[in-house]
Amino acid sequence: MTDLADLTIAEAGAGLRAGEFTAVDLLEAVQRRAAVTEAHLHAFLTLDRDGARLAAEAADVAIADRDPRPLLGIPVALKDNMVTKGIETTAASQILAGWIPPYDGTAVRRLKRAGAVIVGKTNLDEFAMGSSTENSAYGTTRNPWNTDTVPGGSSGGSAAAVAVGSALGGFGSDTGGSIRQPAALTGTVGVRPTYGLVSRYGLIAFASSLDQIGTFARSVRDAATLLEAVAGWDPLDATSYHGDVPPLARSIDAGVAGLRVGVVTELTGEGIDPQILAATKAMVDRLSDAGAAVVEISIPAIEYALSAYYLIAPAECSANLARFDGVRYGLRVDGATTEEMMGKTRAEGFGPEVTRRILLGTYALSAGYYDAFYGQAQRVRTLLRNEFATAYAKVDVLVSPTSPTTAFEVGAKTEDPLTMYLSDICTIPTNLAGDAAISVPIGLDDGGLPIGFQIMVPALCEETMFRAAAEVERLAGFAARPPLATSEVVAP
Amino acid sequence: MPVDIDIARVAHLARIALGDDELAIYGDQLAHILEHAERVQALPTEGVEPTSHPLPMVNAFRPDVVTGSLERDEALAGAPDTEDGYFRVPKILDES
Repeated sequence: MTDLADLTIAEAGAGLRAGEFTAVDLLEAVQRRAAVTEAHLHAFLTLDRDGARLAAEAADVAIADRDPRPLLGIPVALKDNMVTKGIETTAASQILAGWIPPYDGTAVRRLKRAGAVIVGKTNLDEFAMGSSTENSAYGTTRNPWNTDTVPGGSSGGSAAAVAVGSALGGFGSDTGGSIRQPAALTGTVGVRPTYGLVSRYGLIAFASSLDQIGTFARSVRDAATLLEAVAGWDPLDATSYHGDVPPLARSIDAGVAGLRVGVVTELTGEGIDPQILAATKAMVDRLSDAGAAVVEISIPAIEYALSAYYLIAPAECSANLARFDGVRYGLRVDGATTEEMMGKTRAEGFGPEVTRRILLGTYALSAGYYDAFYGQAQRVRTLLRNEFATAYAKVDVLVSPTSPTTAFEVGAKTEDPLTMYLSDICTIPTNLAGDAAISVPIGLDDGGLPIGFQIMVPALCEETMFRAAAEVERLAGFAARPPLATSEVVAP
Repeated sequence: MPVDIDIARVAHLARIALGDDELAIYGDQLAHILEHAERVQALPTEGVEPTSHPLPMVNAFRPDVVTGSLERDEALAGAPDTEDGYFRVPKILDES
């Protein structure tokens, strides 16, 4: 018999509505999974047992009343940079240790309104800055496929929790790949929606022109269902998209016949693991066999995306993180003057990667350098956007690997920041363009570690993205489960 | 070529009180990272408008109507130090 923790959201929803089990049963199943795996994974920073129990009980009442909402009673995990009223929210930073927010972010509020059961807050690289979850001030999250390796990052906790079955769905934020890369490394589906599709109100800001909330799931359909619950205009986020939310899952079963697919030259060559390249090429061939029109497309400005990103993101981070000054919330280290207090507080409160990026951004924005660094990076961003627009005139979707490597060992890339930064080489271009993209698992490498396939689409073309992703999912038939989620290990 | 950075000045601007050893490490790392920025700087971009934001938007307005906000006690609840309903900080100006 299948453990309820291993169900998809669609399966669980059907079972709940058919009365096969209750939302409390489902919650207890994921809580049992967390109880036996957390010692190995450390996916969560906070588990909200009481709040989750109350939400599950309320869901059961509504289900008995034939309430059809698709997330009703579904246990979900939230990245700990999403502000939750009454539940400690730290963004994995010492500077916010113990902070109990007085409000819910918009995505959190909408999830509660949808009847979802929030099981807890997941680990991340401090303030979402990193690609391995090793930059957390509260310890590294491990990958359930091999606990010697990282789950990716920065949303590594949500990715690991969904992969192992401690939640059926998860939420994260994607500034340069922080949803798609951990999804690839943990064998889950990860969606970075169009910039502005989900309100950033109550998402602790890293780089405001790049940040976007998105979803983790164990199926493409589930990822779309989660996104539907939180997408849409929010007056509290002036940058949220003001039009109607386009249909997300309407064409999910339409197949790829006639779909124009572009394989990105710059992301399918040097610097990508050969096994990942081979798996990517095999999937492209299968898409072609399934009726897609495949062409190769060159986007030369991608070669500059990483460098431009590491000017734009730190610049915006240095401005956003100025708010952590020991005055209104979080840590304070005493000093004789306010300025001394602020300097000591920030030195003690921020970890090395966050400090590095604040310094980098402060330098790039300082008098005399602004135009040469930040301004120039923004112009390069325009060049990249123009090239994407030209490409999307010829194809409906662009495809590539999601990550240049599968999960790497804990500690392997912590010495040299630049090596770590290369982890996001395939994902950063989408963030700079403001577009949407998804990672879908398509197989395992010879070490038994998952390989992710990325599908990119123009802004607000999520319908096409989910359509192509569902076909990739079907063609790949990826059904493997991480060893840590199998019954032998999980038995109490 | 490594970029020459006055790292102590940058740390002061960022209000992060770092020791000399830390400054030296961060200074080296930043210089190394910024070498890669030279590639970006070398790209010809005359006449290219900067993208400050992915959405074409100018301003967002809402009706000028009073709405709810946090109660004062809620807003102060997370503060390290408060007094009489205010955030409290060490002295800002020298009294001498």
